[in-house]
Amino acid sequence: MSKIFKRIYTYQFLLPAAIVYLVIFVVPTGLSFFFSLTRWTLSDWELIGFDNFVTFFKEPSLSIGFRNTFIFAAVTCLAKVAGGLLLGVFLTSKIRSRNYLRSIVFFPTLVSTIAVGIVFSMMMHPTTGLLNTTLAWLGFEGPDWLGDTRIALLSVAFVDVWRGIGFATVIYIAGILAIPAEYSEALQIDGGNAWNKFWSIIVPLSRPATNSVIILSFIGGLRSFDLIWAMTRGGPGFATDVIASIIYKQYQGGFYGLATAGNVILFIFVTALVFPLSRYLNRTEVDL
Amino acid sequence: MNRRLSRWSIEAIAVLASVVIFWVPLYFVILTAMKDPQEASLMNLDWPSSFQLWSNIKEVVAARDYMLLRAFWNSSLMTVLSLVLMIVFCSMAAFVMQRRNDKATPWISFFVLSGLIIPPSIVPTIWVLDELNLFKTLTGIVLVEVALGMPFCVLLYRGFMATIPREIDEAAVVDGYGGYRLFFTIIFPLLKPVTATVVVTQAVFIFNDFTNPLYFFPGSKNATVQLTLYNFTSQFVSQWNLLFTDILLITIPPLLLFIFFNKRLVAGMTSGSVKG
Repeated sequence: MSKIFKRIYTYQFLLPAAIVYLVIFVVPTGLSFFFSLTRWTLSDWELIGFDNFVTFFKEPSLSIGFRNTFIFAAVTCLAKVAGGLLLGVFLTSKIRSRNYLRSIVFFPTLVSTIAVGIVFSMMMHPTTGLLNTTLAWLGFEGPDWLGDTRIALLSVAFVDVWRGIGFATVIYIAGILAIPAEYSEALQIDGGNAWNKFWSIIVPLSRPATNSVIILSFIGGLRSFDLIWAMTRGGPGFATDVIASIIYKQYQGGFYGLATAGNVILFIFVTALVFPLSRYLNRTEVDL
Repeated sequence: MNRRLSRWSIEAIAVLASVVIFWVPLYFVILTAMKDPQEASLMNLDWPSSFQLWSNIKEVVAARDYMLLRAFWNSSLMTVLSLVLMIVFCSMAAFVMQRRNDKATPWISFFVLSGLIIPPSIVPTIWVLDELNLFKTLTGIVLVEVALGMPFCVLLYRGFMATIPREIDEAAVVDGYGGYRLFFTIIFPLLKPVTATVVVTQAVFIFNDFTNPLYFFPGSKNATVQLTLYNFTSQFVSQWNLLFTDILLITIPPLLLFIFFNKRLVAGMTSGSVKG
């Protein structure tokens, strides 16, 4: 690059963004590694080695967070991939209500998560909630969706899928529309049916969309806090406590060192799962 | 004939399912917001015996010394200021990142991308904000929103910047333009489509943000609209009608954006996530 363009594209343009990003995001992330090793009151700190991490792994009410975080992320991610793909295929086919359905499926993405959480926790009320009164009307006895420790996490995951499936769907719609028409024309000449089209054209050739949905919803699932907090506050017991909600609880309790250790653990947890996953997905992708 | 019939029935089932899955919750919110406390506590879809919507609105707005009005003011201010800073900072950064190609470029990209993955560390961020006297201030929460929204916006801008030909830059330089004049008078106006996308998508994100205000903007004077919902859940524990009125009121701004900018919202949220 010529000298004059080095002066035109000066790094001064980067400065405002870099300062904000460094001070508000990068520096705290770096500091978290140090403060996770301390007992910390914001004004004062004392080094205590890896005690916070040991507590996190030993205390059952904290270590349950790993399991729950992983289950929540995996379940919501799989459901969004499967549901998003099917809806994407359906909403790119020749149907009259296409535009209406696309909009309505996407709409929940824009509603406040806290509002969604409150509304659904009311609809999931064990005796008077809409879900169970409808089931009773049909002759079934519905479970205590949010009060039963065995299914509470899955109930919250269901609401997260309800809210997030529109996003997965629009990514799939974009991915499916990007598949060149020649492929389905060739399939038609060879006499393939809709089933063949789905498995041998749409599924393999919408892989970029699949990868995006997997990565985005998996990261979102691992980090999610607000919906879980609005619906169950981690309860009943610790049945729906994820790492992010544990961090908030420790923060509220004034255990800043422990909360920061939770942040470091979440950081490692997310990167340790997401980086290999995204490398694997990129390696196995086929080119159009 | 048979195929057309089956296709038609699948479509009819889909439309019916969409009504049950998506319209019923919305109808439930609107209905409950119109009821009195007793009827609302039944949590059913019965038609209200008397319409209380207006008095419910008045009661919610007046609650806790007009907290909701303050919250709307705070949320709007937070959204607008964050958007302005984000647009200026991110477009400038993306300009240099896309145009320059030297040893530092991959490192900068790595830093930006990792911001999409790494969860922000809560307490250290509070500590930094506190040291700068920005904790619990509007400036503080705006900077947090800008920093955390930056990776997404920079990627959007950088992607679009690649479609603006370099010949424009060269012509401007021949005419004696400097970097700043080139960027602000020629390039920035050409970025209008992405800027619009950033405005719409980030406005929804920031207005709906709950977690960051919860941590970095606490205090009843500082409430944002999402926090009013949270605060009212404990206060209105037996008054679901008021809580749902609040939900209805704070859903209006995103709903308006959705109605007017549906296409742009969808385009903005999917761009960057599907590699071109």
